[in-house]
Amino acid sequence: MEEQLPQEYGPKWSDQRVERMLVALVCAVVALLLALIVTVFVRAWPSFSHNGLAWFSSGGSVEDQLNAISLSAQTSGEYVYTFHAWPLIWSTLLITGGAVLIALVSALFISVFIVEFAPEWMSNILQPVIRFLASVPSVIYGLLGVLVLVPFIGNHLVTEEQKASVAGVISLTGYSLVAAILVLTIMIAPLMVSIFSDGLRAVKPGWLEGSLGLGVNRWRTTWKIGVRSARPAIIAGTVLAVARAIGEAVMLAMISGSVAFAPNPADGLIFIYEPSRPLAPTIVKNIDQLSSPPFNATLFSIAAVLLFSAALFSLAGWTARRAMRKYLMP
Amino acid sequence: MLLLKDKSKEKGAVEGSATWSLTDRIGLAICWTLGLLFCAIAVAIVVYLMIQGVKFLRPEMLWTPAAAGFTETESGGFSDAFIGTMIVATLGIALALPTGVAIAIWLVEYGRPAALARITESTIEAIAGIPSIVLALFGTVIFSSTALGFLSRTSEGVVFGRSFFAAGAMLSLVALPLIVASVREGLNSIPRHVREASYAVGKTKAATTRRILLPTCRPQVATGAMLGLGRIIGDTAIIVVLLGATQNFAPVEGAPFPFNFLRGAGTTLTNFVYEASPTGNLNQPQKAYAAAFVLLLMVLALNAAVDVVHRRARKVGTWSH
Repeated sequence: MEEQLPQEYGPKWSDQRVERMLVALVCAVVALLLALIVTVFVRAWPSFSHNGLAWFSSGGSVEDQLNAISLSAQTSGEYVYTFHAWPLIWSTLLITGGAVLIALVSALFISVFIVEFAPEWMSNILQPVIRFLASVPSVIYGLLGVLVLVPFIGNHLVTEEQKASVAGVISLTGYSLVAAILVLTIMIAPLMVSIFSDGLRAVKPGWLEGSLGLGVNRWRTTWKIGVRSARPAIIAGTVLAVARAIGEAVMLAMISGSVAFAPNPADGLIFIYEPSRPLAPTIVKNIDQLSSPPFNATLFSIAAVLLFSAALFSLAGWTARRAMRKYLMP
Repeated sequence: MLLLKDKSKEKGAVEGSATWSLTDRIGLAICWTLGLLFCAIAVAIVVYLMIQGVKFLRPEMLWTPAAAGFTETESGGFSDAFIGTMIVATLGIALALPTGVAIAIWLVEYGRPAALARITESTIEAIAGIPSIVLALFGTVIFSSTALGFLSRTSEGVVFGRSFFAAGAMLSLVALPLIVASVREGLNSIPRHVREASYAVGKTKAATTRRILLPTCRPQVATGAMLGLGRIIGDTAIIVVLLGATQNFAPVEGAPFPFNFLRGAGTTLTNFVYEASPTGNLNQPQKAYAAAFVLLLMVLALNAAVDVVHRRARKVGTWSH
């Protein structure tokens, strides 16, 4: 200890120098993020500028468009950029929306249970379980989905009549919306539970005690006072879960069906058995085309949409939390 | 938080659910159902993978490289994937840990100018929210630039852009937010008077941080590192994009020993599971189960390690508040 002291006081570890080094590092990380955003949008620009707002519309088969894009790079001449991504966007909306809705409700109940109502032994079991479910790699969820859930849905839940009724359009094999939504729910709910229960634990005890003292039972107190004052945490957790759900690529590439088809709720209940493919898995599935310039631009345009929507959700969450500042602990 | 914990101990004495109205009791029943359902799902995942793993995992798979073959017995094991996971984890954490700790120290101990601190916080939050597939695409751009060509395979001036270096660097960004959050929490929990005592005996800020603050929040540093490690070994999108679609090491010729492998393409367990699943290119579900079981064991070991660190930190107790 004694002999190391001079070094600490020497110019090598002087405070100014350390601070300057740390500031440089922090600036580098910030610059890296800016570079990422700029790069993604610059690379995506050809696709957006050729399609305009039609990028987001429907029209024609997405598979045919992707084939045409990849073909145009091989046969010299004009690059083709035409791409109408609506089936992919619609699939993302359905799967993300469905999973986030189910996960939000169940995560609320589970975190209330963990924090307030579960007996000690039960919450001692539940907390590690939630942490475990949050840390299972997405590819394992995907594998179990492909080998267990998808065959189960295909063989037992979808009836032969249902398969026959859409035979000319699409084949119902079990790769479906409902499989994707269920597995995605199990992936994002633990994320929400851990943030929600932190929020519930941070509620001022005095507020809860005031309500209990007025004779309101513990259940109503928790929901009317606890959950309401934990709203900033609930929003934060939901935003994080939405970002995770939008960006989930590998698991969905494995079990959502990999057909750029837009399931139509107007078909009746059968639409939940229909396959589709969200935006992020489209990138993974076509990654070997990355070296052809028009395809590169198309994949980056999908990435740009993902990045933009993730940013939009964070911004919305941030605004909502700002409005609820009074609930935050001082 | 402490108050609530006290309350939970005497919960039974306070009020049972017997006096509640029917809707409230139904709500509590939903709580129990969902809680038990999630436990059942977790148990099902572990037990099912364990059964399949024990059925299909052969120890020699861990040291036999993958080979071309028509049946599952001919196509070798997944040793390259197993070692690849280790390499990627080492590279990723070696980059993310020092960076994350440094950023956390700056945010808590220095944090001036305040505007830069706020920007940094948002940056870390944003990095946590970026889908890893977008990070992977960004990686293909920076690592196929000529300036970074020395990190991957190059032929006739064209940079390949896929290597362990590239994948490890992008994966470190996945782990970074977790490490920063954990270390920040640790530093924030150290009371102010500890720092003041150190300054009073003439220590500089840098020396205080290195000698007192960092050793004190060692449990949080370890937790952050292990959470990050779990995320790194579980990520697939970045591996598929930045490490290549091969199932064997593809070392670069002419480079000295560790670098020929690190600059070349390869595979990891997650990539192997993805490719060996029925939707991948290999379609060897038995081996996919075996590899997934190995991966699950790693994740379980990391979870257990986090638990041990937490429990020990609580037992020793850092500072009384």
